[in-house]
Amino acid sequence: MDIKDYKNVFVFAEQRNGVIQPVAFELLGKARDLADALGEKVVALLLGYNVKEEAQRLIEMGADEVIVADCPELKDYITEQYSQAVYQIITEQKPTIVLYGATTIGRDLAPRIAARLNTGLTADCTQLEIADTEEGDKQFRMTRPAFGGNLMATIICPNNRPQMSTVRPGVMQKRQREEGRQGVVTMFAPKFDTARFKVKLINTEMKNTSKNDISEAKILVSGGRGVKNAEGFDKLQALADTLGGMVSSSRAMVDAGVVDHSIQVGQTGKTVRPELYLACGISGAIQHLAGMEESGYIIAINKDKYAPIFSAADLGIVGDLHKIVPMLNERIKKEIEK
Amino acid sequence: MNIVVCIKQVPDTTEIKIDPVKNTLIRDGVPSIMNPDDKGGLELALRMKDSYGANVTVITMGPPQAELILREAMAMGADRAILLTDRKFAGADTLATSYALAGAMKTMDYDLIIAGRQAIDGDTAQVGPEMAEHLDIPQVSYVVNAERLENGNLLVKKESEESVQTLEVEGKCVLTVLASAFNARYMTVSGIVEAYDKEVEIWGADKIEVDETKLGLKGSPTKVFKSFPKSLKAPGEVHEVSEEEAVELIVNKLKEKHII
Repeated sequence: MDIKDYKNVFVFAEQRNGVIQPVAFELLGKARDLADALGEKVVALLLGYNVKEEAQRLIEMGADEVIVADCPELKDYITEQYSQAVYQIITEQKPTIVLYGATTIGRDLAPRIAARLNTGLTADCTQLEIADTEEGDKQFRMTRPAFGGNLMATIICPNNRPQMSTVRPGVMQKRQREEGRQGVVTMFAPKFDTARFKVKLINTEMKNTSKNDISEAKILVSGGRGVKNAEGFDKLQALADTLGGMVSSSRAMVDAGVVDHSIQVGQTGKTVRPELYLACGISGAIQHLAGMEESGYIIAINKDKYAPIFSAADLGIVGDLHKIVPMLNERIKKEIEK
Repeated sequence: MNIVVCIKQVPDTTEIKIDPVKNTLIRDGVPSIMNPDDKGGLELALRMKDSYGANVTVITMGPPQAELILREAMAMGADRAILLTDRKFAGADTLATSYALAGAMKTMDYDLIIAGRQAIDGDTAQVGPEMAEHLDIPQVSYVVNAERLENGNLLVKKESEESVQTLEVEGKCVLTVLASAFNARYMTVSGIVEAYDKEVEIWGADKIEVDETKLGLKGSPTKVFKSFPKSLKAPGEVHEVSEEEAVELIVNKLKEKHII
C-alpha cells in the first residue's frame, strides 16, 4: 500500500429511519478541521433507502461531497449489508481518514470494516488532530480514555490506511449550518454478495423511554446515590422544569432501578456537555466525570466535602440536596418572575 | 452444540486511583477480575447448555496468570479451558488480538462463539466483530438474549440506544453480550474442586492457524504514541455554608452566567 494514494476525510453519516443522527453533524465539524489542516476534502457517506434528499443537509453542515448509496438492502442497519457497501466505497475512493459515531451502529460496523481492510481503528476518541512531525509529515493523532477513564492515550496508525476512529455522540461540536452551501452529490450502487447475508431482521421494538435526549439538553440537573429514590428525583425534576432543563443520573441510580439507563451520564452512559450541569448527590467517580467534565459550568451539591465531584466543579456546595434543591427551585422561580 | 466463550482478565478499573502527587496510575493492589461483559457471555453459554445441552469451552489470550479466570469459568460450569499465551502475542492491538483468537477458533470445532461486548480496561468493543470478520461469519453485538430455533438458527435480541431488535441468524456466528442482561451464576463448591482437577490447555502461536507476521506488536496497525494522566482542571470554589447562603451563591452564579 502506498499511503500517499489515500486522500480526504470521510464521515459515515449514520441515519436511523431516514433521520441523520446528530453525531454525524458533530463528526462533520471535526472532519472539516482535519481536512482543512490537510488541504483535502470532507466526504460524507450516506447509506439507506429513500435518504438521498438528506445529502444537501450534510453539505450545509460541512461536507464537500456526499456519496449516497440508496437501495432497499440498506433500509435498516444490518452489519453485512452495510459492511459490503462501505467496504466497496472505501476501496474505490481510498480516503486517508474515516470517522464513525461511537453508537451501537458505528461500534458494530467500524471494527468489521477495519478487519476487512486490515487497518487500525481507535475507539471512542475524545480528541482528533493533525500534527506536524519532525520529518515534516502531517500525522493524524487520536486521543482516547483508557483504563476506565483513568488514563489518556494518543494513538497513531502510521503504516495502514485508512486511519479510522469512532467518536462518542456529544464529544465534538457541529458547525453552524451554512444554508445553500454548494457541494457534489454522487450516487453509488453497491454490488451485494447476498450469499453472505446470514442475518435477518425480524422486528424492531422501540423502547419506552423518554423521547428527550439528555445529550441535547442545555441544562442538566443530575442525581446520584444521594438522591436516594424516585421522590428525590421528583425534586430534581421540579428544578429542571423551572430551569427549562432535563434530569440525568449517575450509574448508581440506574443500577438501583430508580431511573432509566437512557438518562445515565458517564463512561457506560452518555457524554454530555450542557451549559449548566448541576450534580446533586453525585460522588463523582472517574467514569462519571468522563461523561460530563466538558460541561460549560458545573455546580456540585454533596454532603461529603471530600467527594471527588468537587474537584471537577466550578462551584461546590457542601450540604444536603434534599433541603437545598427545593429552596433553590422556589428562589429561581421568584427570580424568573421578576 | 459446541460453544466457545472468549473471556479476558482485566484490572478492576473502578479500583484504580490516581496518585495525586506524581499524577500517575496506582495499579498496585488493584484486583484482577473476569471482565464483566465476558462473564455475561459465559452465563449465556451456560444457560444454553442448561436448555439444549452444549459443550462450553472458555478461551483467553493473556499472560500465564490469566489461568485464574479460566479456573473460575470452569467452577461456574465451563467444560474446557484454553489459555493462549506466547511472547509473540505481546503488544497486540485489537486487530492482532482478534486475528490470534480467530486463528485458535479455526483449529476448533464450534457452532457458536460468544464474547463480551467490551472489556473495561480498553472499552473498544472491537475484538468480537473483528474476530467474526477474520472467520468470515456474521456477528450480532449488544446481545441481551439468544435462543435456538427448531431449524437450528438462532433468534437473537440486540439492544440499541432506542430499541430492541430481534434478528434471526443462520449458521455459525459471534455474539457479543451485555453483562447487564445476564446475571452471572456463582461458582459452586463442587465446581471449584473440579476446576482444579481439570487441565487448562496452554496454546502457543505454533498451535493455531496464523501467519506469525500478523501477530502481536508487528501485526498491530495502531501504536500508542503517548499516554498521560488526564489533566485535572483548576479546582473551583467549594463552600460549606448554610442552606440559605448556598442558594444565594448558586443564584448569583446562574445570573452571572446568564443562565437565568
